[in-house]
Amino acid sequence: MRVDRSRLPAIGRDPAFRFPRIVRHRLDNGLDVRTVEHHTAPVVTLVMQIEGGLGSDPHGLEGLAALTADMVDEGTGALSAIQVAEALASIGGEYDVDVGADAIAFTLTTLDRFAERGARLLADILLRPSLRETDFSRVRKLRLDRLRQLTDLPPAVAEHAFVTLMYGQHPYGHLAIGTEPALRRIELEQVSDFHARTFRPARATFALVGPMSHERLRTVAAEAFSGWRHESASAVLDGPEDIEATSSSARLAVVARSGAAQSELRMGHLSARRDTPDYSALLVMNAVLGGQFVSRINLKLREEKGYTYGARTGFDWRRGKSPFALQASVHTAATADAIRDSLSELDDLRGPRPPSDKEMSLAKASLTRGYPRNFETAQQVARSVTQLALYDLPDSYFEEFVPKVNAVEAPDVVRAAAKYVDPTRMVTLVVGDHQTIGDSLVALGLGEPQLLPVEM
Amino acid sequence: MTSATLPFVKRTLSNGLDVVVHEDHHVPIVAINIWYHVGSKDERPGRTGFAHLFEHLMFEGSQHHNSGYFPPLQQAGALLNGSTNADRTNYWEVVPTSAVDLALWMESDRMGYLLPALTQERFETQREVVLNERRQNYENRPYGFALMAIAAAIFPNDHPYHWLTIGSASDINAMQLDEVHDFFRTYYHASNASLALAGNIEAARGFELAEQYFGELPAGAKPQPLRPKATLEREVRLVLEDRVEMPRVYMTWHSPAMFAEDDAEMDLLADLLANGKTSRLYRTLVYEQRIALDVSAYQNSRELAGFFLLVATAAPGRSLTEIASVIDTELQRVSDEGPSVAEMERARSQTEAHFMYRLQTVGGFGGKSDQLNAYNVFCGDPAFFATDLARYQSATADGVAGAARRHLGFDRRVVLSIVPRGQHSLALPGSELVTVV
Repeated sequence: MRVDRSRLPAIGRDPAFRFPRIVRHRLDNGLDVRTVEHHTAPVVTLVMQIEGGLGSDPHGLEGLAALTADMVDEGTGALSAIQVAEALASIGGEYDVDVGADAIAFTLTTLDRFAERGARLLADILLRPSLRETDFSRVRKLRLDRLRQLTDLPPAVAEHAFVTLMYGQHPYGHLAIGTEPALRRIELEQVSDFHARTFRPARATFALVGPMSHERLRTVAAEAFSGWRHESASAVLDGPEDIEATSSSARLAVVARSGAAQSELRMGHLSARRDTPDYSALLVMNAVLGGQFVSRINLKLREEKGYTYGARTGFDWRRGKSPFALQASVHTAATADAIRDSLSELDDLRGPRPPSDKEMSLAKASLTRGYPRNFETAQQVARSVTQLALYDLPDSYFEEFVPKVNAVEAPDVVRAAAKYVDPTRMVTLVVGDHQTIGDSLVALGLGEPQLLPVEM
Repeated sequence: MTSATLPFVKRTLSNGLDVVVHEDHHVPIVAINIWYHVGSKDERPGRTGFAHLFEHLMFEGSQHHNSGYFPPLQQAGALLNGSTNADRTNYWEVVPTSAVDLALWMESDRMGYLLPALTQERFETQREVVLNERRQNYENRPYGFALMAIAAAIFPNDHPYHWLTIGSASDINAMQLDEVHDFFRTYYHASNASLALAGNIEAARGFELAEQYFGELPAGAKPQPLRPKATLEREVRLVLEDRVEMPRVYMTWHSPAMFAEDDAEMDLLADLLANGKTSRLYRTLVYEQRIALDVSAYQNSRELAGFFLLVATAAPGRSLTEIASVIDTELQRVSDEGPSVAEMERARSQTEAHFMYRLQTVGGFGGKSDQLNAYNVFCGDPAFFATDLARYQSATADGVAGAARRHLGFDRRVVLSIVPRGQHSLALPGSELVTVV
């Protein structure tokens, strides 16, 4: 039978999917343990998430959280840094550290038969790091040199300048790696102190996901982490989310990079917190605007104008006020035009050109129909589970995600855009060839560009 | 102990299209993955970058769906992408079970009926997008030209690996629409492709759908395999100036092709020499002597030939000369003595785990569908997964040392220094200045 090519085949009914069932336990020391049975491969993932990310860096010591997170696997007990790495390799372990705004997540993936060994090793790393001066001086130097290298990388220069423009003096106002003067200031004692104050069971969530029973996963957690001492809550850190961030006013800033082949572009402002009741509406809004390939911004800048390899928008979610931003690397000659087109797209969604039925349907479908694929691997599941803890979301969150997104209507999107996206407050940052594009930027009418130094 | 296996069923349609199905019913998704056995190796000098630009055009619509490839699939909840390298071009969708028909309809339409939808305007836009991609990922990135300079130096001018897949900007600017048509007719047809389906689908249903959507398409002629030759009989020293803070050295040797003798040993050698904190060069260069910021190595094995790459970045104030000397000492030692028992044991544990990790996802780059196609296209046999694993498990310390002796000679390699602009003197002595455009 020949294929009917006069029309696309219809999409069938959405398949049923059972989201992971999370079982919670609390160890005597207060550690929040969450387990999921996940039977796809003989692989287990352990994620220890500890509250206190870059937003907990003390003022003047920006980069302390990340440096501490980097230091803990540099030797533990009798093991040197190299021997810790060898122990991880001997179980085929993949160890990864992610320093976010509000928390640090340590992820270890290994074969299921090494679950116990993996958990013990993770406990050695997190609870009993050696924190030796000789390792500290080496690790800090590597990070300082890394910072210096990053000054040649336009996206890194843009991220640094942009987050500073967004937050100013607020604790969120720097990258995880910190700044050069701060890193030079940090001493080992401060790392030890940060570790002692932050790496506490009461601040941690431990997710274990693998092809074994909840009971066994819980035993793995308990055997490795019951000895984690519960300290009194004397020196508890304030959460950066509770510190009010000042809203930026519209401005145009440039980091000059002479002869740059492209301009690294960021446009945005502080917008909503992750716990906003408008979260679902914002997800749909972002999908329409620039959160996926078929979105207004990408279609305009890439597919219609050919200014860029790709442009997107998104929220950098945090517990506190989070930036909403557009980012793209655009051809130098097209920089001003790309900014003008982007501002006009941002403005349009707030009323002049509400999302069409087709756009709404596309945005919602792309968020919901593909949702189950986010639960394929143990690592995906474990990280999702710790996200629930980070944002204080219920265990029913996964089940509720699709219906909530599907309930969003076009007026909700327009309302969310009007409330949370404001072109008149937009901070526009260009890392690019100022000499070539300076005049065209002035002609945008966003004010005289403020020249920022190349720094990290 | 559970061992890593990747079961499948394979059939070949009458038009020559290979179809491989792997069932995995854990999540209600299906991965669709198509490989065309064409890459930048099939380009000619003056038209480099063609295969990749062509890949972009595959997303612009086909005769019966004459608009963007993304919207219907995104509407179905699909994730999709494509990529081009020297040897092959792949396209994939990961769709909910409900949209398998849609994805196969669309993949088959662009395999069979692309050209009527290919307009000059779409071609021009994608040319600009690709030039932007090149600027973003190569021209505007520190050390972004390294591999271009290396490929050009180690492979002769007419060798298919002499240029990178992204191509040269002037070649991309010179391309004409009629050349795109020729390219499609030569390479994009059933007998030069392989389709893999993995996920929540019964094998029988997979074959039925493959036949339904692809069975009507013409077979086309199978392109002739290429048989290039490349040797290097001396050490070539080059220097490239770039907008970078720290000098970096790249050492490159010819090495075995993919799955050829010594390929797995060279891969193991890369890890034990320079990957991760357990590696020898990390220990000497970064951990103990602190003269380098990072070090890495890679056995880049491709279909027609391979190259082995070793890279290290100098710490501030340290010279590439002292780094190169430490590297050479270690290369000599591993050639003479081979890996230790502990190193081989760790390598085996890591190999076993990494093959297992590869079985966790059905789709996307590196997922099970992509691996089945890789083995099918390069070895003619999707069952090669098991053979591939066995190559690593049976490797010995002597074998690794022998591979190092055979392939990593000091007198037949390309050594490229990348130094900050105007600081030619930071390069290794005797390096010839090169430029890349």
